[in-house]
Amino acid sequence: MYDVLIIGAGVTGCAVARELSRYRLRTAVLERGSDVCEGTSKANSGIAHAGYDAKPGSWKARMNVAGSKMMEALSRELSFPYERNGSLVLAFSEEDRQTLEALAAQGRENGVEGLTVISGDAARQKEPNLSPDVVCALWAPTGGIVDPFLLTIALAENAKANGVEFFLNTEVLSISQTTGESGHYYVITTKAADGSEQRWETRAVVNAAGVHADVFHNMVSEDKIHIVARKGEYLLMDKKTKGFVHSTIFQCPTKMGKGVLVTPTLHGNLLIGPTAVDVEDKEAVNTTEQGLSEVLRKAGLFARQLPTRQVITSFAGLRAHEDGSDFILGEPEDAENFYDAAGIESPGLTSAPAIGAHLSGLIAEKLRAVANETFDGHREGIPCVATATEEEREALVRRNPLYANVVCRCELVTEGEIVDAIRRPVGARTLDGIKRRVRAGMGRCQAGFCTPRQVEILARELGVEQGEITKHGRGSELLVGYTKNVQDTPHAVEERTHAAAVTGAAGAVDSRDEVCGEGGNHAANAACSTGETVCRKDSEQFGGKFGANREGDA
Amino acid sequence: MRQDVRIVIIGGGPAGLAAAAAAAEQGVPVGDILIIERDDKLGGILNQCIHNGFGLHTFREELTGPEYAQRYIDLVEKDEIPYLLNTIVVDISKSKEAAPCGGHAGAAKNASRGYKTVTAMNSTDGMIQIRAEAVILAMGCRERPRGALNIPGYRPAGIYTAGTAQRFVNIEGRMPGREVVILGSGDIGLIMARRMTLEGAKVKVVAELMPYSGGLKRNIVQCLDDFGIPLKLSHTVVDIRGRDRVEGVTIAEVGPDRKPIPGTEEYYSCDTLLLSCGLIPENELSDGLGVGMNPVTNGPKVNESLETDVPGVFACGNVLHVHDLVDYVSEEATAAGACAARYVLEEETGAAGKQETGAADKPVTITATDGVRYTVPVSIHVDRMQETQRIRFRVGAVYRDAAIEVDFDGRPFRTWKKRIMAPGEMEQVILTKKDLAAAKGLRNITIRVVQGG
Repeated sequence: MYDVLIIGAGVTGCAVARELSRYRLRTAVLERGSDVCEGTSKANSGIAHAGYDAKPGSWKARMNVAGSKMMEALSRELSFPYERNGSLVLAFSEEDRQTLEALAAQGRENGVEGLTVISGDAARQKEPNLSPDVVCALWAPTGGIVDPFLLTIALAENAKANGVEFFLNTEVLSISQTTGESGHYYVITTKAADGSEQRWETRAVVNAAGVHADVFHNMVSEDKIHIVARKGEYLLMDKKTKGFVHSTIFQCPTKMGKGVLVTPTLHGNLLIGPTAVDVEDKEAVNTTEQGLSEVLRKAGLFARQLPTRQVITSFAGLRAHEDGSDFILGEPEDAENFYDAAGIESPGLTSAPAIGAHLSGLIAEKLRAVANETFDGHREGIPCVATATEEEREALVRRNPLYANVVCRCELVTEGEIVDAIRRPVGARTLDGIKRRVRAGMGRCQAGFCTPRQVEILARELGVEQGEITKHGRGSELLVGYTKNVQDTPHAVEERTHAAAVTGAAGAVDSRDEVCGEGGNHAANAACSTGETVCRKDSEQFGGKFGANREGDA
Repeated sequence: MRQDVRIVIIGGGPAGLAAAAAAAEQGVPVGDILIIERDDKLGGILNQCIHNGFGLHTFREELTGPEYAQRYIDLVEKDEIPYLLNTIVVDISKSKEAAPCGGHAGAAKNASRGYKTVTAMNSTDGMIQIRAEAVILAMGCRERPRGALNIPGYRPAGIYTAGTAQRFVNIEGRMPGREVVILGSGDIGLIMARRMTLEGAKVKVVAELMPYSGGLKRNIVQCLDDFGIPLKLSHTVVDIRGRDRVEGVTIAEVGPDRKPIPGTEEYYSCDTLLLSCGLIPENELSDGLGVGMNPVTNGPKVNESLETDVPGVFACGNVLHVHDLVDYVSEEATAAGACAARYVLEEETGAAGKQETGAADKPVTITATDGVRYTVPVSIHVDRMQETQRIRFRVGAVYRDAAIEVDFDGRPFRTWKKRIMAPGEMEQVILTKKDLAAAKGLRNITIRVVQGG
């Protein structure tokens, strides 16, 4: 029996989980993906919006402004990158100017501080690369940028450290209220270990399922909601573009959203996008030729000489757009103890801390929860060798020599950081998981050089065979087998047999997650420590045998 | 850890090894040379190039990549030139302070030149600071990734650069896929088409955006034609299918504007997409040092001594410009090593005066035009050049029965007939010191393609 089951380990689910961990409640997060931050939270603009966009009085306006005000303190408490770089909304015509004035008025009503409409020249003084066609701009000094991965991961890690259980590779199939007086819910999920069904009983449910939140809401409420996946495509540019712009630059908003923006990221890249196209398929995170061209064309209007040759990657995310265009927060009238966090599109990232506080407050009150005296809201980040000073590097290397083994050259990420990412609570189990935690493979070669090394480290740390290592969970295995002269070596045969025995049931990575989870079933705190234990395999023996084979090759 | 040397070489691949051996041969005491290598062994990317065909020019033998590398590793080992493995250089900076090599006769005189500080790290020594009079950049290059090509579609597992796949297959003994489509006809992609086929994979097609191959003719023949693998020129990948693992790709023909032609799309089911779409010199360190770069090669601009516009900083191999054959890398690196040696030794031998005058002289500039994309070097100090000077370049299209013309200050000096020239192969002309010295007051040399020559 759980007190609270949270569906979805995106930024909203993790924020609710972390806030709930302030109370003595048995809470678990159920996540379909192989990691936290696998859906909308991983593919967005990474903006901490000031809060002038949403209609006064709406959930979006209230949560955005509250979230924006919480972000700085939270970033210090949880060690994730956040910066108030300010936002500019550009006007290219007198008509646009009126839109900006209206935005500014709306923002002030929402409680956003410091909004001013400045002249085109004043805007160009702030941002010399802006187009000469800019007539004026809305300047929002409280607008910021945040690392969406690390915000989500930090919330998850801190939640877990304070006793919340995480079950990955666990997809919710159905939710129903139990018969009888209790008003509890049954949640049926797939089991991470073998895909069979598992039934959970809980006092309360939090629906933070992103683009799928309507499905779960509609399982328990007659007051139906409808979420469409609104795709946004982006292009990310090399760090060489650092300094091209300093603030986040928006076009005038349209009905479909805030339009295309140009923003620096916290790591010195330049990000442009997104498009806004409603798509049928809620899993369609593919980019399209039209989408990428549209981003390039629209962003090209903002600036002189946008450095489009510096693109290093492109991606697409799906916004969870509800027909009513606002967040849906709290209990539906006909489904007590079922808490929606639905329709969380922009400014969802900014709002997450506020949504977490709001919903956990409601839940704690309803469940009459008492405070968790052992709650520690502080999280120490993984050391970052790339940004460390020489003295800090020296100290890190003295502590652990692995901090000097550079694996990802482009982003200067060391083996020490990668091992940390894997051993953390709710640690990385995939290549993408490592990338989002410590940026290995995030640079200009996009993991060309470091993929084989990362696969090797992951396999060693997780105690699994390299062939089981995935990009982002089951089905995305990176390797398909051995070369001819390796496949019949005793070592390879032994590994194959071992792998077959495990994958026959599930897949070793997944079953290991399950082990963490079951630890949690019995004692939440034990789960934390299980998360950090790692199986080791004799990697020397591994390398040795292949090494021998290579010699034979040459 | 702190250390002072006279020449530090960044990169222990074919370029760095040849440069080190040459510097030693020129008389730089081996204890004053240091190679820094980021991998756990010397040899660089050659270690994973287990196919043969290396060394035909240098050794008149067909060697595999590891064998070729071993020849140079042996030289370095024989000379006992020091090297650091598993060590990554994080920064190079120049200082105006006196050169540090107090123990050397020339040190005091060299003081005016300043030195470079190389910051590196490894797990045994932690942070390392090396001060050196000369630095040889030999970091090699990397492959252009999918993102830089703006290929739309999903982002599943199964998309690798050809070099990553090569490492998995040849070093790790692992297969990255069974059914393969290759985009780009660079040499590594061609080599991997054959390698994957030999390992039992099915390589369905190689698509090349340009109307010509980016690789060597011999690789087209030996790696594609011999295995019946089709090469589709003027084609590109327009979509990648599969959320978790690649399920297939769509290939379309492109027009002269290199944009896909609607209606020409063709779907290939596959589990792997290999990319061989060009190599980019790894010049992060050169950029950090403020070395002047050539936007065409993405490598430093160098003079006849393979010296960048930062005195005492030399460059060679694929970090300078992407080569077609390793033999030319070795040759260029040998020259760079010798020039770096002269740079640190010349004051000791009393050549300083000459050096100073030479530096004051304006060098002859070299302009690439009319189909010649770039040249290495971009300038020549006539008084400092050797008896002959090799000028390497690539052309921007396929030319048949054309010629290379060299002009001195706008007047045709000489032409060389070329039966065929292609972007995938490096070209060269050799000029002599005698010729350049004879052309009094020479300011500029122009190199161009002349059609129908």
